[in-house]
Amino acid sequence: MSHQLRVNPIACNGHGVCAELLPEIIELDPWGYPILRSAKVPPALVMHARRAVATCPTLALLLERAQNRRP
Amino acid sequence: MTMTAPPGARAGSAALPRLLAGCAQQRVLGLAEHEREYGTLWLRGRSGQRRPDRLIDMVEAAGLTGRGGAGFPTGRKMRSVAGHGETVVVANGAEGEPASAKDRLLLTYLPHLVLDGITVAADAVGATEAHLCVHRGEHELIDGLATAVAERRHAGLDPVPIQVTGIPGRYVSSEQSSIVHYLNGGPGKPTFAPPRPHESGVRGRPTLVNNVETLAHVALIARHGDRWFRGAGLPSAPGSMLVTVDGAVQWPGVYEIELGTCAGEVVMLAGGPTEDLQALLIGGYFGAWLPVEVAWPVPMTQAGLRAVGGALGAGVVIALPGSSCGLAETARVVRYLAEQGAGQCGPCLMGLPALAGAIADLAFQGGRGRAVEAIAALLPLVEGRGACRHPDGATQLARSAVRAFIADARWHDQCGPCDGVCRAPLLPIPGDEEEDWNWT
Repeated sequence: MSHQLRVNPIACNGHGVCAELLPEIIELDPWGYPILRSAKVPPALVMHARRAVATCPTLALLLERAQNRRP
Repeated sequence: MTMTAPPGARAGSAALPRLLAGCAQQRVLGLAEHEREYGTLWLRGRSGQRRPDRLIDMVEAAGLTGRGGAGFPTGRKMRSVAGHGETVVVANGAEGEPASAKDRLLLTYLPHLVLDGITVAADAVGATEAHLCVHRGEHELIDGLATAVAERRHAGLDPVPIQVTGIPGRYVSSEQSSIVHYLNGGPGKPTFAPPRPHESGVRGRPTLVNNVETLAHVALIARHGDRWFRGAGLPSAPGSMLVTVDGAVQWPGVYEIELGTCAGEVVMLAGGPTEDLQALLIGGYFGAWLPVEVAWPVPMTQAGLRAVGGALGAGVVIALPGSSCGLAETARVVRYLAEQGAGQCGPCLMGLPALAGAIADLAFQGGRGRAVEAIAALLPLVEGRGACRHPDGATQLARSAVRAFIADARWHDQCGPCDGVCRAPLLPIPGDEEEDWNWT
């Protein structure tokens, strides 16, 4: 089962904590909002991703089981 | 924007007009005239025996796609909502696109065609609630629709009562999740998806949100069937569509064309150019600029336009004369789009004003040879990073402008603004007095 990260851009206020905790996947744009290099989280990074999700002050980072959603 | 149906609601071919057949008289069609023109609508066939979801099969077989801009297959959307208990139908008549006038034309002159569409769609998806949403500033339109709804109530036509609702008049408020959010008592701003409206919409119920033109086509498919619908357009993109033609053409207005008609033919339908043209803006402010020699032979279909980096959008075609500056036009529109954001998502809130500023610098000041690259660097920082497609529409327009006007852009960048920036703006931007700054 693979994991995927997603940002809720409405909730995100650009605190930038996620990029500190998961620099392997998340970088910040010039205004401080996260850019995901890839949505997929390799198994080795899932624990780190969980920590980034839990630490986000606005709970804007989501870790989901990958699945195909209908448009 | 003019919204006159041109003389005799001229249409591009023998199979047309369809939607605009009742427009020839240039006045509001009452219920009796409407039924005389388009025929009586029999819900589930004359005997009343037909299964309601039979309509979904027909819409699917007809190959109708959404006419609001996204172009999603309507039948598939209906099927995803149907069969989930009590559902809701929302007709989107807010026409956020400032350059488009087709939805207002339909709602003004042919309200019963749209209301027929809402009623058959509601029947097909098992809706117990139906809304028709328009901008709340359009008082005359709302009054006209209320009259039409009352006329139908009197005639006992709509088993599910249709509620006419005025929504905030901002660009992003006409996005489907914004409308659902507003009908649920929230501000008219987009929400984070999923869940999407077809999964959980108005009051948590599966909700079918369709553009009013789409529903008008559904009303005709319910009358004449899917084979009739396919009698116009291409096998891969069937039916007709409404286009709004503006800019340097003889007769700006709303026209009905078969899908697959070339963009150049659309310009000729509007009387042809009034000046030498340099580019067409196709799809409106969610669309793209195409140099006139590229645009002219392109078929008006989603696939045809996508193949040349364009978009069909809500069917807007604006002819840009050679004496106008496409960069200045784009700068004004991107500035407008930046102001029209909901202010919810950082990349849109910060990125669109930055992009608007970069294009305005290039257009009106020149850029010491660095402005074109500055714009290119901003695009990926904005694109695909909002909860809705608003920022993506703006980046698509900006990217297409740099591509279509690249020679002009290089000139601006190195030598400063061209003479075209002095020309009066061509693309319509709603004025501040029309603005409705309240979200709730």
